[in-house]
Order: sequence, then structure tokens, then C-alpha cells
Amino acid sequence: MSDAAPIGSSVLARIASAKSRGEFGSIASAVPYAQFMGITLHIDADQLTTTMGFGPHQIGNPALPALHGGTLGALLETAAVFEVLYRGDPAAMRGLPKTITFTVEYLRSAGPLDTFAQATITRIGRRVANVSAVAWQNDRAKPVASANVLLMVG
Amino acid sequence: MTDDAARAERHNQKRQLGITFAANVPHNKALGIVIEAIEAEGVVFRLPYDAKLVGNPETGVLHGGAITALLDGCSGAAVFAALPRWPIATLDLRIDYMSAAEPGRDVLAFATCYKLTRNIGFTRAVAYHDDRNQPIASAVGTFMLATKGGDAAVTRATAGLAAATATEPPDAKEPT
Repeated sequence: MSDAAPIGSSVLARIASAKSRGEFGSIASAVPYAQFMGITLHIDADQLTTTMGFGPHQIGNPALPALHGGTLGALLETAAVFEVLYRGDPAAMRGLPKTITFTVEYLRSAGPLDTFAQATITRIGRRVANVSAVAWQNDRAKPVASANVLLMVG
Repeated sequence: MTDDAARAERHNQKRQLGITFAANVPHNKALGIVIEAIEAEGVVFRLPYDAKLVGNPETGVLHGGAITALLDGCSGAAVFAALPRWPIATLDLRIDYMSAAEPGRDVLAFATCYKLTRNIGFTRAVAYHDDRNQPIASAVGTFMLATKGGDAAVTRATAGLAAATATEPPDAKEPT
């Protein structure tokens, strides 16, 4: 598979266009995996929140019950990518941000509830973005997982 | 039966329970994950390609999140295989992505638990198409052993499953 510039470029153009229309939140519905995971975007006072609406297919341990760790990882990674697309300039990117390294720490068992995530860009350079993200359920002060994500953006 | 044989038998029964449990984890089922092998030396999971797991609709490449879930589940199963005590909880997982998964192709994951302490299992895992030396992603993880509820909770959770799965045609390969 080629890494040539055109890959993802029309997706980026669509994202840039949605952003300019003030409809950035709608782009999650264009990603099949985000739909499968019940992931939606919400913007309030320029703060982007990525929400994973609960579905029984997200359960990892039915005995507790608790969400599968992979779903929280996916939510955090998704939140980081969307944050970069939201803060950065998609039109200037060669392709969609690509994860280089993803590190997640699980802090608490996550119950069968909606989960929210917010990401913060520590640094965005010409080629690499360093992003941290945190996920919580009913209490923002009690995060269920946190992550650091290194993304290729150039 | 000698003590050793009895221990091996208990170990084997727990491992079978672990396979049943892993195969019935709702999120594993939703992803379509197939448990190919659960052995002390390592665990192999298969993630069949599915359009619903695509991250980039233009290229058809699977979303990293699906690979994360695959590696997380496979690594957890490797800890279980090394020391059958449920449940376990992921403390930390680092994944390096080396190349995009090829559209249309299944992704395999191999995980091994290379060290167990009283409380923690340390794992390495790799995701690949057909050659572990040509990884799509590699991961290292740490897992907390025997968390809330202990074995009893898992025995309860799998008691009904064992009966239910016995009546279904086996769609997962027998562990080698």
C-alpha cells in the first residue's frame, strides 16, 4: 500500500469543509468504527468532548460488569485524533493523523455507562503531535483511563 | 492420581474455562474475535476483517481501536494462560503501530506473559497478518492479577456459558 499524499486527502477536505461550516461534530458519523462504538463528538465553548454511548457489545467482563479495556483505549485514541483535526489545519495535512505510539493506563473499572473523553495537545510539530487524553464516566474527577498518544500528522 | 497430575488436571480445566470465557466476552464477540490458541507459551487471537471496523472509509484500513482491543484481550488471555486466575485487569498497555493493516485481511495477535509476580503479569504481544516478524503493531502490557470478585465471579459467569456453547456448532478452531 502506498503512503502517497492523495490517500485520505478528500477525507481531509471534507473534514476541513465541515469545520468551516461549524459542523465538525458531524465527522464521527463518517467513520464506520466510530459508529460501531457509539462514538459521537460534542463541542461546547470550544472544548471538544468525545462520547462513547454505552452498548452491551462494549462489555469485557460480564461478571462485574465492566467495559472492555480495548473500548476505552479506542475512545482515548479517537479523542486524540479528533482533537488534532479540530485544533490543527486538516487542509494542510498530508493524510489523516496516524498513531505511532499509544500508551493507556487503566485507573478504575468502567461500568456499563456512557464514557466521555477529552484530549489535550502537548505539542504539535510539523510531523508529530504529542497528545494526552483522559476518560471518565459520571465524575470528571474520577477518571477511568488516561492515555498518551503520539501521532504522525505530516 | 498424583498431586502433579491433579494439579495439571485443575490447570487444564481452568484453561478450558478461560477459553470459554474469552470467547464469550461480549466485546470480543462483537468484534468477531476467534480464539485460536490459549497455551502457557502464548495465546493467538484472530480478528476477521469487517467493514464495520474501518477507521478510514477511503482506504478501508481497520481503525487502530480494533487492534488495541485485540491486543488488550489477547495479552490478558496470555496472563491467564500462564497462571489461571481470573479476573485480571489491564493496568497499562503501550502499543507501537508499525504499519497499517491491509484492507480485507484478517489480523492475528500473538501474546505471551513473560513474567509473573505475586500481583502483576507482564506481557508482550504482536499483531500481524501472516508473519510475526512483520508486525502491524507490537504491545507491552502490565496486568493486575486476581482482581475484584476472584475466581468465583468468573465461575458464575461461565457456568451458564459452558452449557450454552455446548449446543452451538464450534466455530473456533480447537486450541493446538
